[in-house]
Amino acid sequence: MNGGIKKRIRFMKAMNYGFAVLGLVSTFVGLILLGTLLLDLFMDGRERLTYSFLTSFPSRFAEEAGILSALVGSFLILVVTAAAAIPLGIAAGIYLEEYAPKNWFTDIVEINIANLAGVPSIVYGLLALGLFVYALKLGQSILTGGLTLALLILPMVIMATREAIRAIPTAIREGSYAVGATKWQTVQYHILPYSTGGILTGIIIGLSRAIGETAPLITIGSLTFIAFLPESPISGEFPFISLKWLSAPFTVLPIQMFNWVSRPQPEFQINAAAAGVILMLMTLLMNGLAIYIRYQFRKKIKW
Amino acid sequence: MVNEPALQTPKAEAKNLNFFYSAVHALKNIDLPIMRRKVTALIGPSGCGKTTFLRCFNRMHDLYPGNRYAGEILLYPEGRNIVSPEADPIEIRMSISMVFQKPNPFPKSIYENVAYGLRIRGISKKAVLDEKVEKSLRGAALWEEAKDRLQKSAFDLSGGQQQRLCIARALATDPRILLFDEPTSALDPTATTKIEELIIELKKEVTILIVTHNMQQAARVSDSTAFMYLGEIVEYDKTDKIFTAPSQRLTEEYITGRFG
Repeated sequence: MNGGIKKRIRFMKAMNYGFAVLGLVSTFVGLILLGTLLLDLFMDGRERLTYSFLTSFPSRFAEEAGILSALVGSFLILVVTAAAAIPLGIAAGIYLEEYAPKNWFTDIVEINIANLAGVPSIVYGLLALGLFVYALKLGQSILTGGLTLALLILPMVIMATREAIRAIPTAIREGSYAVGATKWQTVQYHILPYSTGGILTGIIIGLSRAIGETAPLITIGSLTFIAFLPESPISGEFPFISLKWLSAPFTVLPIQMFNWVSRPQPEFQINAAAAGVILMLMTLLMNGLAIYIRYQFRKKIKW
Repeated sequence: MVNEPALQTPKAEAKNLNFFYSAVHALKNIDLPIMRRKVTALIGPSGCGKTTFLRCFNRMHDLYPGNRYAGEILLYPEGRNIVSPEADPIEIRMSISMVFQKPNPFPKSIYENVAYGLRIRGISKKAVLDEKVEKSLRGAALWEEAKDRLQKSAFDLSGGQQQRLCIARALATDPRILLFDEPTSALDPTATTKIEELIIELKKEVTILIVTHNMQQAARVSDSTAFMYLGEIVEYDKTDKIFTAPSQRLTEEYITGRFG
């Protein structure tokens, strides 16, 4: 009897140990894959990772080609995406959490938003082609590209907002209402400030996904070879701000990369790898920023 | 005490008040006066409706769907019914404040916690806010501990201090009635004693309605006590009377600890 129990305990401990090993291996599979990918890209592209690679336009000579127009394109697209998706997403998230009555209609809205997050990005591209390019005649422009990616990350922003808001205890809301605050005052003084960390995190993760998107931008007609920059948004003459860049054609980093990958000359593969490293670094940087912001806000507000 | 005229003046009065959570009939035909500048305690076993009743006074139930009031809570001297659909909950809450079961300070500075009620009323003059914040913190017996750290986060305070901060927050807007929902149930005995002393001090200025689970607390702080059971008021009388010679058998059984 006694020996039986000891044997049983030994067996259970072995199982426990076995899972620890399995878990460790599973964790490392992801980590090692990412590390290898980065290292491989870096090794392939390192000879092209120079300052002039960042400041040159694409060229038919691989050694002279750079990613300037793609970099600027990616940045401007993100500006439009952020400008559209952030206010819409936050407003929708606040409405659904704080204002919307709980009924079948809001249930349907909620299910749809969850589903939107899972729609393949190329489908958004088709939608944008029909809506922004043909119906609204916005052209194959930075504005169209930015709005397309805004559609793509909108559900992410909405869901991040809702989750951040849901983490605020009911007691805080009641404390605000109990001294005579309106709903909007409660949102303005409490809900928004306390959920900023979570919302920002969601936004940055959304944008870091947007920066790597290729398919929907190809669908709406992004170019693959651009050897000029859009007009500067700031001008020397009155009114100093120009919006002409919004209607300029564009390319973005992943498309530039795709363009180089699809060329037969092996030198361009080096360019593609170098562009890949830059893209990965930008994504990692943005995700790192998201983690940092989350950490900072968690330090300040603990429920 | 009995013949003191103030005891005869109600600040508010529930008249045939009924309350429904959707289909659940939570409060039944409640009649109860809340005497001016006195402490009225609500006692009773869990689920008897005492917190539900308390939360009718500042219309907290309006925050959630499906709730319905019937009957009246009259606010004196003007005698208007604060649970009627015509009464604006925001306006009611501006004159009837509440302190909750668990301290719920905002994650802001001590100063901003107290100033909040004034800010939402559009008061932003620093001199006015400074004065009100000090007066309220003094009123909540927190000034001495907080005066050197007004800009520090309210979350750095201890539980008892946080609850006194919440009292200061409620006082800052000069409420006509102050509602306490088991204000010491999350506090240690020392902090509890401080809050109880504060409640006795506060009734000089403001009418108080307190829900408590702790019968000794009701005996210590209140002037009159209502015993509730299953959504009804079983007995209401002066606190001494309730705890020494209750007229109902149910009240006696409850206060002697035979159920609840």
